[in-house]
Amino acid sequence: MKRLWIYLQDYKKECVLAPLFKMLEASFELFVPLVVAAIIDTGIANGDTGYILKMCMILILLALIGLICSVTAQYFSAKAAIGFGTGLRRALFKHLMGLSFTEIDMVGTSTMMTRMTSDVNQAQNGVNMVLRLFLRSPFVVFGSMVMAFTIDVKAAFIFVIAIILLSIVVFGIMLMNIPMLKSVQQKLDGVLGITRENLAGVRVIRAFCKEEEEIEAFKVKNEALTTAQKKAGKVSALMNPLTYVIINIAIVTLIWVGAIQVDNGILTQGQVVALYNYMSQILVELIKLASLMITINKSVACSNRIVSVFEIKPSMEEGVEQSAEGASRKSEVPVVAFKNVSLTYKGAGEESLTGIDFTVWQGQTVGIIGGTGSGKTSLVHMIPRFYDATAGEVLIDGINVKAYQIKALRDKIGIVMQKAVLFKGDIGSNLRWGKKDATEEEILEAVRIAQGEDVVNQKGGLKGSIHQGGKNLSGGQRQRMSIARALVKKPAILILDDSTSALDFATDAKLRGAIKTLDYKPTVFIVSQRASSIQYADLIIVLDDGKMVGKGTHEELLENCQVYSEIYHSQFRKEEN
Amino acid sequence: MSQNKKGQKEILSKVMRYIKRYTGLILLSIVLASLIVILTLYVPILIGEAIDGIVYGQVNFTFILRYLVIISVMVGITALAQWMMNKINNKVTYNVVRDMREAAFKKIEILPLKYLDRRSQGEIVSRVITDVDQFADGLLMGFTQFFTGIMTIIGTLFFMLTIHVGITFVVVLVTPLSLFVASFIAKKTYTMFKLQSEARGEQTAFIDEMIGSQKVVKAYGHEEEALEQFDEINTRLAYYSLRATFFSSLTNPCTRFVNSIVYAGVAITGALAVLTGRITVGALSCFLSYANQYTKPFNEISGVVTELQNAIACAGRVFELIEEEPQVPEPVDAVHLQDVEGQVVCRQVAFSYVPDKKLIENFNIAIKPGQRVAIVGPTGCGKTTLINLLMRFYDVNEGSICVENIDIREVTRKSLRSNYGMVLQETWLKKGTIRENIVMGKPDATEDEIIAAAKASHAHSFIKRLPKGYDTVIGEDGGMLSQGQKQLLCITRVMLCKPPMLILDEATSSIDTRTEMQIQSAFNKLMEGRTTFIVAHRLSTIQNADIILVMKEGKVIEQGNHEELLARKGFYAELYNSQFAV
Repeated sequence: MKRLWIYLQDYKKECVLAPLFKMLEASFELFVPLVVAAIIDTGIANGDTGYILKMCMILILLALIGLICSVTAQYFSAKAAIGFGTGLRRALFKHLMGLSFTEIDMVGTSTMMTRMTSDVNQAQNGVNMVLRLFLRSPFVVFGSMVMAFTIDVKAAFIFVIAIILLSIVVFGIMLMNIPMLKSVQQKLDGVLGITRENLAGVRVIRAFCKEEEEIEAFKVKNEALTTAQKKAGKVSALMNPLTYVIINIAIVTLIWVGAIQVDNGILTQGQVVALYNYMSQILVELIKLASLMITINKSVACSNRIVSVFEIKPSMEEGVEQSAEGASRKSEVPVVAFKNVSLTYKGAGEESLTGIDFTVWQGQTVGIIGGTGSGKTSLVHMIPRFYDATAGEVLIDGINVKAYQIKALRDKIGIVMQKAVLFKGDIGSNLRWGKKDATEEEILEAVRIAQGEDVVNQKGGLKGSIHQGGKNLSGGQRQRMSIARALVKKPAILILDDSTSALDFATDAKLRGAIKTLDYKPTVFIVSQRASSIQYADLIIVLDDGKMVGKGTHEELLENCQVYSEIYHSQFRKEEN
Repeated sequence: MSQNKKGQKEILSKVMRYIKRYTGLILLSIVLASLIVILTLYVPILIGEAIDGIVYGQVNFTFILRYLVIISVMVGITALAQWMMNKINNKVTYNVVRDMREAAFKKIEILPLKYLDRRSQGEIVSRVITDVDQFADGLLMGFTQFFTGIMTIIGTLFFMLTIHVGITFVVVLVTPLSLFVASFIAKKTYTMFKLQSEARGEQTAFIDEMIGSQKVVKAYGHEEEALEQFDEINTRLAYYSLRATFFSSLTNPCTRFVNSIVYAGVAITGALAVLTGRITVGALSCFLSYANQYTKPFNEISGVVTELQNAIACAGRVFELIEEEPQVPEPVDAVHLQDVEGQVVCRQVAFSYVPDKKLIENFNIAIKPGQRVAIVGPTGCGKTTLINLLMRFYDVNEGSICVENIDIREVTRKSLRSNYGMVLQETWLKKGTIRENIVMGKPDATEDEIIAAAKASHAHSFIKRLPKGYDTVIGEDGGMLSQGQKQLLCITRVMLCKPPMLILDEATSSIDTRTEMQIQSAFNKLMEGRTTFIVAHRLSTIQNADIILVMKEGKVIEQGNHEELLARKGFYAELYNSQFAV
């Protein structure tokens, strides 16, 4: 919670002024019963019409000053709250963007989304409410008590007792409510989860005729939510009646004590009315406070969730090494070298990669092939340092990846991931991700190599618009565009992680041919399921269950690697026959 | 505007249908609310009377005591009634929204895929969750505040009139000012709120995109540019938010100011009335307390009205979903497909998703039981569409598809679909244990059957290595499993129920060919005597097919077996030969 306060730092002035003006407004309100008492005791008792009129003008004046103070307070609190929300949102976005792959996997996209949107809004709302009301209400409550003391000490003690009782009730109910609201939120998440799941899996559910079962499962979750809501509601339903009883009993006692004091000549009738008015004011404020508590409760819960995201630290420490321009051209240093590398994902029981060891020279093409879950993607993800080796080291141009500045390292590498994603905008803006200042020729050249000319033409050139996630392109079109995006960068190392799976064999082959002709001779890693995609690579790495079971050229591996020859023959059965 | 109102009325009457079941409770709640309002209003009068008993020198203690006892009893009853009313309102509200959520969810299960495919998942989810939730808030608030607010206004008016007509007029004349002020501010604020929500929507879409594809963002070191873009939207949002928040927060101080004027007005006229002896000091204090109470509901109601309007808008969106046309209902005499051998015939099938873009036209095929049909062609050639039609996720526009010589529109969906085993391109697993996912098609499967199926689809070895084996809980969408492992589980799921017909939609696209080969052998066993449709890029998988459908741009351009098609030297031959090009 405290962590978030720093986002209010630039608004110290507003944070002080807003409650201050609110309190000013409240103090003017506190004078009202005194003025009324004066009207009764002086104006009415003496039959002085002029005095009464004068006092009423004071009432209006008080209201006017109250209005001005209050508007000022609203402005400052809105400014502080919006400033807080804006700063927090930015910081959170930056923080999330700074997380490494390990943390991204852990947190999950949907969680990040809610933290960024509704949770921040709720927290912002909370700040606004706190600044505006939270101090005002207790101030009025205690102010009323203080005013009561100025009138009569004996009667004021009734206020003290009533306020203590009220605090116990209000805070007690609030404290009881917090865990219940949390449980409501959890149950709501459950309902949300099953709804999303059903939409995402609608085909499978219908294929298996699971509609009825899913409805039953939903009913259970829905009922759990309703029960939790009712339970939380039951507790807060006590709030109004209890506070009402306490206040009115206090009023009854007040009148009784007041009667005795008047009888003794200590108090006037007008003063008793004033005390009564103060007590009523407390009730009004308490009702406001109670509804405010709910908002604040929610905001605190949201803030805590946000803080827990802030507490996730990127597990990667950045190095200082800039791109070693000259080194990559030096032919005596390998471009990529894995030295006995192992990788265990956070929270995973066993190693995903074990003892990987190989060396790649400038301009070579490396094929990586192996079974599902054998660690192909894990292996190439270690080159741009998406994940850190848990043992051994990964060297790029002879320097450990951990020593590089992450941006400098990734600038060298163009990676095309399994899942091809594009972003809202146009084709040009998407392809410029690799190189901000790329010329139209450079982009078109990359598109040509990626076999994507027809896509660009079909969409009406580089200005052709791309919808969110690239939804207006087919899978194969997206794949080719993301390959082009990597090529625009002219990377020293190009990684294609099974990124041609939606392409037909002919296009796939043309693509590989075109990459070969690139004048800047990148080192290419091709991860594929197809033996045909990698069989002409300079080096083929065969993975099986996280271990390297073969390393060499196609011919060598056919000779001495059983896994490889099995894969190859499964795909080229016809030729063998 | 009037149309808008009519729409609101319609929605309200729909809401009423859901509330109807709780008529008894609602009536009770109304009775309680009336009781509460009357008692709360009556208590200040009693207090006023008691105060009148306090006059210096002649304090009447027995008189005061009698009043105080009455007040205490009334307060006790009020509190009790309040508590009961709160409980009833909670119960009704939460039950109503539960019913609505359930209705919405049930509708999702029977909506045609045409509807679901066209809308974003987030949009539908937000109708079931956010909209229903907001409606609940609005309904609860409406229940507790709207009704009591109006009752309070009427009650206060009545009590004030019984005490003094003149002062009542002062109150009645000034109060509407506060409503006027509130609506004036609301109108001014509306534009800013609209701009704010637009900016917010834009920002959410941006965040969704950047966070959703964060790995790509990081791979390209695009974080800074993303942050710049984010800042631009964020600054705009802050600008509108500040104005929207500030203007809307003016309502309270302004209406409070109007109240204070009412209060002062009552004080003047009241005090003057006391002077002329028409009312007592106690009555004045009672009037002042009324002046507060009378204007308060006006403020609240203006707040409640916006809340209610919002709630109605939300309910409208939920009803839109609930009332959406469901899939074509099954005919009453729908046949339950039994003893299916796997004969499938398509006659002159025509289909398109959008009327003006023809996709499948004049498609004919007759498949004998046990035959293997491979569908090949470039992306977007209509392969998935064929599956949509076979499974009857979509209905054909023209022609017919028959299984065992019965038009599939005349059989129950359940029996049609349970005769197919399907592995889709996009794997889908539900949150739950591995076991729960496997037994989807056969909930009563024994442990041995499960393990046998898992072994046959080569999933057993990786499942065994998971922390809790078959009882490992996997998250939404498969969670930590790799794409290939997810696919293996989906295959296991089908392997377990052994349906007479199979649909494999690139089932093996992300499984390496070595595993694929092993699966192939298991499938071969499974496919004996079973009709199979396979969609795949891999030629090795389809070489053994009885019929190969080569599709391009929605049309079947070639049809035949591997050798025939190669001999034809057409599109298929071109595809096949390209495999061996470098």
